Amino acid sequence: MDFTLSKQQQMVQKMYREFAENEVKPLAKKVDAEEYFPKETVEKMGKLGMMGIYFPTEVGGAGGDVLSYVMAVEELSKVCGTTGVIVSAHTSLCAAPIYENGTPEQKAKYLPKLCSGEWLGAFGLTEPGAGTDAQGQQTIAKEDGDYWVLNGSKIFITNAGFADVFIVIAVTDNVLDKRGRPTKLCSAFIVERTDPGFSVGKAEDKMGIRGSSTCELIFEDCRIPKDRMLGVRGKGFQLAMATLDGGRIGIASQALGIAEGALEETVAYVKERKQFGRAIAAFQNTQFELAEMKARVEAAKYLVYAAALKKQQAMDGAKVRYSVEAAQAKLIAARTASDVTRRCLQLFGGYGYTRDYPIERMMRDAKITEIYEGTSEVQMMVISGALLK
Amino acid sequence: MKAIVCVKQVPDTSGKVSVKPDGTLDRASMATITNPDDLNALEAALKLKDATGCEVVVVTMGPPPAEGMLRELLARGADKAVLVSGREFGGSDTFATSQILAAAVNKIGVGPEDVVFCGRQAIDGDTAQVGPQIAEKLHLPQVTYVADIQKDGNTLTVKRMLEDGYMMVKVQTPCLLTCIKELNDPRYMSVNGIFTCYDKPMEVFDYNALKDDPLIEVDTIGLKGSPTNVFKSFTPPQKGAGTMLQGDDVAAQLAGILAKKHLI
Repeated sequence: MDFTLSKQQQMVQKMYREFAENEVKPLAKKVDAEEYFPKETVEKMGKLGMMGIYFPTEVGGAGGDVLSYVMAVEELSKVCGTTGVIVSAHTSLCAAPIYENGTPEQKAKYLPKLCSGEWLGAFGLTEPGAGTDAQGQQTIAKEDGDYWVLNGSKIFITNAGFADVFIVIAVTDNVLDKRGRPTKLCSAFIVERTDPGFSVGKAEDKMGIRGSSTCELIFEDCRIPKDRMLGVRGKGFQLAMATLDGGRIGIASQALGIAEGALEETVAYVKERKQFGRAIAAFQNTQFELAEMKARVEAAKYLVYAAALKKQQAMDGAKVRYSVEAAQAKLIAARTASDVTRRCLQLFGGYGYTRDYPIERMMRDAKITEIYEGTSEVQMMVISGALLK
Repeated sequence: MKAIVCVKQVPDTSGKVSVKPDGTLDRASMATITNPDDLNALEAALKLKDATGCEVVVVTMGPPPAEGMLRELLARGADKAVLVSGREFGGSDTFATSQILAAAVNKIGVGPEDVVFCGRQAIDGDTAQVGPQIAEKLHLPQVTYVADIQKDGNTLTVKRMLEDGYMMVKVQTPCLLTCIKELNDPRYMSVNGIFTCYDKPMEVFDYNALKDDPLIEVDTIGLKGSPTNVFKSFTPPQKGAGTMLQGDDVAAQLAGILAKKHLI
């Protein structure tokens, strides 16, 4: 597989690095400590085309490619995991399903404003009783003349407090399957923040990515016009699963970025920190720890970039699926992020445990990558499912 | 109407500085960046473009790899790039460079409403001479050290920074301004700008393209034609940390130290 970056990819990477260093890193501590959602950063990223990187210019996107999107989430997450997931959830979980499943009218209405960052996107699948068991959906949508009426609630919705557009999965049909058992069929809907009967509930107090706005969505006789159904009626669950395939590449990029960021901080620290009369970088334990972490990070990177290239093929019209590549990338990158941040903190010693250094934040931020958009166990189910088919 | 921006690719001085045996900088072995003040000049031009829709042309003199820098400037929003490149131009000092750049700007064409933007000075030579020399050679009015620009038709009201104050200067287009970092915050490249920068026009002006301009003569350009010769380049040795004297008797303390060193 060829990971040689094109001239344009090298340039976007350089731009993201400068942007992350100058605009994102200085805010990262505040974002974490004050649960601050960096609205100004989102606005700046919108102007630079970072909120719609791989969508074509015809729909308002920046005309880039999937790997350029992956590198954006990676570079942002090196310095701030929260900023990384804002871009990932917005792009992969909201703009992408509209781009891939929307009618021409839906694309024209939503994509230009999502890609410019004027509107922020979110995605609602998880419910209190439907986590990994996503088919246990309780939110229902009923037809009423020219409207759909939604009732129910969603939890743990990334970007919720600041989003304008939400992709929401709800049960629309109850049918009998081939064996005669009752089965729920879901459909996807586009819900706008101002829709009547829709509200955003309480925000979660989280261990990591504390600036990311994670809230409940509440639907109380929420009436939306019929043309807000996204994709085919009854195929919402499949749409959600396909959307999560893309989302997992974004989260894998976030995990990769967090691990790389922690390693960079640690390499700088071990050269400065002196014990027993020399820099701790001079000790073989430090050297071997760094070496193994670096090798693991590079391995994760190859899996993440490989998944991005596979999704690019699908974007370019090839009939390929990238579920397994995305699951492998997320499984390994998330595990690497958790493992590397923990080991980096150990090299920092007591100082790493304080909030004076960013490493404990990175360790807290890393953990979520093993949980959201499918736990690591779900990724293993996807991978083994394909293996044993 | 157009804005012409003169830019220079310079060594990244935050990295390692290396010098060739002849005393000149070993540019090939050093990482390069766009000269910081030139980014302020480009930003001023792009702001003019945002306000008026004018065309922004960036021009640089340098070896062929300088194309990479020009593409980045196109990615920031410039419309067109000109690379002035030729063996005959190599080793030019400010006197020679400004002739060549003046001829290039002449070839691009300076219309009655146009503005030429330069950075104040490059971080490698630190001369601040090229911008003013280009203006003189093209007989354009110039304002240096520009920290603010207000445009009203063909009149620019410009804030010119001095060491201990500033002047407000009115100048008519066409004119040349040299820009300082206080003028603005340069924008980043945009993602779309990056993915379209290789589709934008880039022209190369070599010696043959410029030689008929009366400003250009073989014996006044390049290393041989340059009146300045580099004798030696070196990284100045780090000075030791100074000592701050405090108290009412600093004069006596100082005298004591100097006496101890047998300096008085």
